[in-house]
Amino acid sequence: MFHDAALVAGKDLRVELRSKVTLQQVAPFAVLMLILFGVALDPDRGVLRRASSGLFWVAVLFCALLAIQRAFTIESADGGRDALRLSGLDPAGIFLGKAAAIAVQLIGLEIVLAAGVIVMYGTEVTGWPLLAATCAAATVGLAAAGTLYGVLAAGLRVRETLLPILLLPVLSPVLIGATKAFEAALGGAPADGWPWCGLLVIFALLYVAAGTLAFGPLLEES
Amino acid sequence: MSAHPASTSSSASRALGVLSLGGLALLLGYALVWSPADVVQGDAVRIMYVHVPTAIVAFAACGITSLASAMWLRKRSEGWWVLGGAAAEVGLVFTGLCLVTGSIWGRPTWGTYWDWDPRITSTTLLFVLLVGYLALRQVDNERGDAAQRGMRGAVVGLLLVPNVAIVHYSVDWWRSLHQPATITRLDPTIEGTMLFTLVLGIAVFSVVYVWLLLHRFRVGWLEERAGDRGIDQALIDRRAEAGVGSGGSQ
Amino acid sequence: MEPVVHLRGAVTLLGRFPALAGIDLDVTAGEIVLLRGPNGAGKTTLLRLCAGLLPVTRGQAQVLGQDLTDRRLARSLRRRVGYLGHAAGLYDDLTVADNVRFWGRAAGAPPSDVDAALVACGLSGRLSQQHVASLSAGQRRRASLACVVARRPELWLLDEPHAGLDHDGRDLVDDLVLRAVTEGATVVMSSHELDRAESLAHRTLHIAGGTTDRAAEGVASTEVSALVP
Repeated sequence: MFHDAALVAGKDLRVELRSKVTLQQVAPFAVLMLILFGVALDPDRGVLRRASSGLFWVAVLFCALLAIQRAFTIESADGGRDALRLSGLDPAGIFLGKAAAIAVQLIGLEIVLAAGVIVMYGTEVTGWPLLAATCAAATVGLAAAGTLYGVLAAGLRVRETLLPILLLPVLSPVLIGATKAFEAALGGAPADGWPWCGLLVIFALLYVAAGTLAFGPLLEES
Repeated sequence: MSAHPASTSSSASRALGVLSLGGLALLLGYALVWSPADVVQGDAVRIMYVHVPTAIVAFAACGITSLASAMWLRKRSEGWWVLGGAAAEVGLVFTGLCLVTGSIWGRPTWGTYWDWDPRITSTTLLFVLLVGYLALRQVDNERGDAAQRGMRGAVVGLLLVPNVAIVHYSVDWWRSLHQPATITRLDPTIEGTMLFTLVLGIAVFSVVYVWLLLHRFRVGWLEERAGDRGIDQALIDRRAEAGVGSGGSQ
Repeated sequence: MEPVVHLRGAVTLLGRFPALAGIDLDVTAGEIVLLRGPNGAGKTTLLRLCAGLLPVTRGQAQVLGQDLTDRRLARSLRRRVGYLGHAAGLYDDLTVADNVRFWGRAAGAPPSDVDAALVACGLSGRLSQQHVASLSAGQRRRASLACVVARRPELWLLDEPHAGLDHDGRDLVDDLVLRAVTEGATVVMSSHELDRAESLAHRTLHIAGGTTDRAAEGVASTEVSALVP
C-alpha cells in the first residue's frame, strides 16, 4: 500500500512539476484572493490584521478546492480512470498518494499565502510551533477529505459545481479550528490554541481512515 | 405493497396520519393556549414548541440516513437506498422549518433575524450538508447503474453523522467562547406545563416525520420499480438489433 | 483444460441499457480470438467485461478462473489482464518513458520489462523522452500498447488495436500478438481491419445486438425468450 502511495504521489508531483498548474495558476489565485479581501474590506489595516487568520484560511480553503479539482482532472483525461482501476494499484495506496501530493501542494500555497498576509495585512507573527502544527494538521485533513470527496465527484459531469457544495460544509470545522488556533498563536496566547489543533488532528485522522476505506469502492465507477 | 398501488397509503399510514393530525391539533392547543407565557420572553417562547422538536427530528433524520447508508453498504438492497434519500428529504424540510422558526423566534428575543447562535449556525450547516447529499443522489452517471450511484450516496450518507457531529461540536465550542450567554439565551426555564408541551411537541413531530417518511419512501420505491420495468423489454429490443442488421440504438 | 474465458448468456447493463444481452464465449489458453460486428454491437463492452471493469448481471462469466458475477473477485483479475481500449490512458504532461514506467511499476513489472516494452513498440531513444501531449495519435497508440506489453499479462484484450496506426504500426501489433501467444498468453481482440485480423486470429466471433450470433458460428439459435429468466 505505501509503495503504491509513493508511486502515485511521485507521479502526481511529477505531473505538477511539468505542467506547473499549481505554480502558475493556483498560487496567483491565492494572492488575488488576498487582494480582493483587501479591496472589499476597507484597506484600513486594522480590519485586515484582525481578520488575517480567518482570511488566510478561507483563501486556503478555496485554493484547496482548485488543487483537488486539478488532481482529479489529470486522471479523467482520456481513460485515466479505467487505467487506474486496471493498474493493479492498491486503491488505498492511490488515495494516500493523491492526498499526499495534494498536501504538498497545499503547504506550498500556504507559504505563499502566509507571505502575502504578513506583507499585505501587516500581521505580526508569533507562536511559531502552534502555527506550524496547525498548518500540518489542517492540511492533512483538507487533503484527505478533499481526496475522498474529490474522487466521488470526479466521475460526474457536474463535478465543478457539486464538489464545493459537498466539500465546504464538511471542511467548516477545519476552518473554525485553524482560525481559532491561529488567532491564539498570533494573539500571544498559544495555550488557548492547542485544543483547536487537537480538533484538527481528530478531523485529519477521521478522514484519512475514511478515505483509505472508501476510496477503492468509490473508484469503481466507470 | 402490491405491484400497482393506486396510492401510497395503507392502513398503517392512515393510522399515523390520523395520529399526526390529532397530535398537531393537541399541540396547537397546548402551545398557543394552555401553556403559560414565559416570564422573560412572553408569548414569543411559544415558537419553541415547533423549533426545538423540528431540530431534534432533523438531527434524528440524519441518523436515519446514515444508518440506511450503512445498511445499504452491508446488504446492497434497494430499500435501504430509497430509505436514505427519503429520510434526508423529509429531514431537509424539518431542518428548513427549524431554521425559519429559529429566525422568527430570534426577532423578538435578540432583535435580529440572525444571530450566530451556535445551534442555528450548525443547523444551517446541516441544511447545506443535506442539500449536498440530495444533489449528489440526483446526479446520474451517463449510464450509471444502481451500484455506482448507490456507493457514492452511501459514502456521503454514512459520513453525515460524523460530519454533523464534528460541525456541531466545533461550532458550539467556537461560539461559546464569545457568548457564553447565547447558549442559554434561547432556553427559558422550562417546567410544568411548558415542559409537558415541549415533550408533546417532540412526540408529535416525530410521528409526523415517520408518517411523511413512509409516504416518501413508498413514492421512491415506486420510482425505482418504474425504472426497472424497462429492462426486460430493453433486452428484447437489443437482441432484435441483431436480426435487423447493422447500426443500433446507440 | 480450463478455458481462459467462459461466458454463458452473460448480460451486462450499463445503467438500464443492456449493452450485452446474452453472450456465449469460450476461449482456451493460447488462442487468438477476433470479435467482429457492427458499431454498437457490444464488442467494446465485452472486452471491458473480460477485463473485470464491468459487472455481470445475469448468466455465467469466468475469466482466468475468477467469477465475474462477484465484483470483488473481478478486481483481483485485473493485474493479470492487459486491456488496450479506445482511450489512451496516458498522462499528457509526462513523457512516454515516464508513463510506461509508471504503469509498468504499478503492475509490478521490473525496469527491464519496461525498457523492453519501449524497445518492442519502437519507442526507445528520443521518442521516449517526448511528452505525450506532443505525440501524434499513432505514436500515442504505441505508447498505450507499450504500457500493456510491459505488464506481460496472461490475457490480452485489444479493442481495435490497429486503428490509428500506420502500416508499420499494424505489423508491430501483429508481431506483438504472435509473440505474446508463443509466450503462453491468450488474446481477444476486436478489429475492423478484417483481412489482417482474420489471418492473424485462430477463430472469429460475430457479435450483434449484444449477443453472439450463433447462426454465424454454426450453433442453432435459441429463442430470445428463453434467455429472459
